[in-house]
Amino acid sequence: MENRNFLGFLLVFPAEAILLIFLAYPFVLGLWLGFTDTVIGRKGEFIGFANYASLLQDSTFWLATYNTFLYTIVAVFFKALLGFMLAIVLNRDFKAKGLMRAIILLPWIIPTALSAIAFWWLYDSTFSAISWTLMKTSLMSHRIDFLGDPTNARLSLIVANVWRGIPFFTIGLLAGLQTIDPTLYEAAAIDGAGSWKRFRRITLPLILPLMAVITTFSTIWTFGDFQLVWVITKGGPANATHLFGTLSFQRAIPGGHFGEGAAISNFILPILVICVLATFKFLRRED
Amino acid sequence: MHESFWQKLLKFYLPLALFIIFLLFPFYWMFNTSLKPMKELYNLKLNPFYIHSPTLANIKTLFFDTIFFRWMYNTFFVAILSTVISLGASLLAAYAIQRLKFKTSGPTGLAIFFGYLIPPTILFIPLATIIFDLRLWDSLWSLVLTYPTFLIPFCTWLLMGYFKSIPKEMEECAMIDGASRLRVFWRIVIPLSLPGIFSAGIFAFTLSWNEFLYALAFISSTESKTVPIGLVTELVRGDVYHWGPLMTGALLASVPVALVYSFFVEHYVAGLTGALKE
Repeated sequence: MENRNFLGFLLVFPAEAILLIFLAYPFVLGLWLGFTDTVIGRKGEFIGFANYASLLQDSTFWLATYNTFLYTIVAVFFKALLGFMLAIVLNRDFKAKGLMRAIILLPWIIPTALSAIAFWWLYDSTFSAISWTLMKTSLMSHRIDFLGDPTNARLSLIVANVWRGIPFFTIGLLAGLQTIDPTLYEAAAIDGAGSWKRFRRITLPLILPLMAVITTFSTIWTFGDFQLVWVITKGGPANATHLFGTLSFQRAIPGGHFGEGAAISNFILPILVICVLATFKFLRRED
Repeated sequence: MHESFWQKLLKFYLPLALFIIFLLFPFYWMFNTSLKPMKELYNLKLNPFYIHSPTLANIKTLFFDTIFFRWMYNTFFVAILSTVISLGASLLAAYAIQRLKFKTSGPTGLAIFFGYLIPPTILFIPLATIIFDLRLWDSLWSLVLTYPTFLIPFCTWLLMGYFKSIPKEMEECAMIDGASRLRVFWRIVIPLSLPGIFSAGIFAFTLSWNEFLYALAFISSTESKTVPIGLVTELVRGDVYHWGPLMTGALLASVPVALVYSFFVEHYVAGLTGALKE
C-alpha cells in the first residue's frame, strides 16, 4: 500500500510541479499583487485596498463592469439558444451528417484572433460588406458605424462572440441528444403527446444537466474573454467596450501598472467561484 | 414518423442552411479579401462579394515583406513542445489518479479539474512578473512553460475518462502473471488508450496554436511573435490597415489547425464530448 502511495506521488509529480509553479503560485500571487503598487520592473509595496478604492472611483472601470456583465449575459444566452436549436436540427439521420458536424465546429477550431480579424474588416465603417448589402437592398439609407458607436460596438462584439461559441454548445448538446432513448419518444407519441409536449417533458429535462455544465464553461470563458475584444475594438471607442480582461491588460502590460491590472482581473474571481459552486450543486442534485 | 418535403424543408434544410451560411461567412470573407487587390477593396462601386480581378499580391506582401514564416515556425515550436510536455505529464497523472487510487488521488483530481476553470485573464499579470523574474521575457520558452497550465488540466481530465473505460481485469491479469505496474502501464494501458492520447494531443496542439493572451503579454520583439500576434500587431500600423495581407495571413495560419482537425475530426469530437460527460 505504501508502495502505491509512493508510485502515485511519483507519477503525479511532473504535472503537479508545473501546475504549482505556473498556475497555483501565480493565482495566489495575483491576489497579493492586487494589494500592491507593483509596476513593471519594480517590486511593489503593500498598499491595502488602495487599488480597489481608486477603481471604484474610476468611471472606465464601472463601464468595463457593465460591459462584462452585458457581454456575458447576452452572448451566453444566444449561444445557448442558437446552439441548442442547431443541435436539434442536426439530431436526425441524414447523409452528410459527419461533414456537417465537421463544418459547424470550424468557428470553434480556428484561432479566435484570426477570425476576429475577419469580423473587424466586416465591421469597417466605410467598406463593410454588411453595410454595402443593406444599402444595396435599400434596407438602410446610410452605412452602419459598427465600431465607432459604443452601443453598436458592444452588439458587434457580442455577435462575433456568439458566432464563435455556437459550435461548442451544438456539438456538446448533440452528443447529449443522441443518448436519449428513442423509445421514450415513441411511447409518448402513442400516449398522444404532441411534439411540443415531447420536447418539454422528455428532451428538456434529460438535456438540462449537460446544458448546465456547458453553460457554466461558456459563462466562465465569456466572462474572462480577452482576444475578440482586443482584436476588434481594443476596448474602444474611447474605452467604451472594455471588459475586465482587456482593461486589466491595458493598465498592466502597455501601462506597466501590474498592481492595478491585477486588481481589475481579480474581479473575475467572484463570478468564477459562483459558477463553479452552482454547477457542483446542480450536478449533485441530479445524481 | 413521416414528413412531407415542405415540412422537411422548413424544419431541416432551411434552418441548417441559415446556420451554415452564418458560421462559414467569415471564412469566405477571409478568402475573398485575400485574393483582392487593394484598389478593389477600396472601391465602393464594385460588388464586394465577387472577386473582379484576383491577385496574388497579398500573398507576396505577406511572404516577402513580413516574417510570416518565422511566425509560423515560432507557433509550431511552441505548440509542439508544450503539447509533448503536457501530454507526458498528463498521461502519468491521469493514470495515477484513475487507477492507483493512492491516498490523495481524489483531491488531486479535483484540484487539476479546478485548474482548467481558471481563465488566463486572471493569471497573465502574475505570470508576467514570474516570467520577468525567470528572465524569460520575450522568449518563446515563456510560452512553452506557461501553456501547459491550461493543457495539463484539460489532457489529464480527458485521459482520466479514457482510462476509466479500459477494463481493469486486463491489468490485473498481467500483474498476476508477474508484470510490474510500470510494465503494465507501458505495454497494456498506453497501447489500449492510443485513441484517447491522440484526441488529447490534437486538442492540446490546437489550443496552444490558438493561444493569444500570454503570447501578446510575454513576447514583444517581432521575430519572436506567434502568428496571431504577428498578424494583429505588425500588419496594422497606426491607422494603416493592410487588409489583404492580413486576411491572407489569417487564412494561411488557420490551415494547420484546420488540417489537423479535418483529419482527426472524430477524435476531436470524441474528445470534446468525452470531456463534457466526465
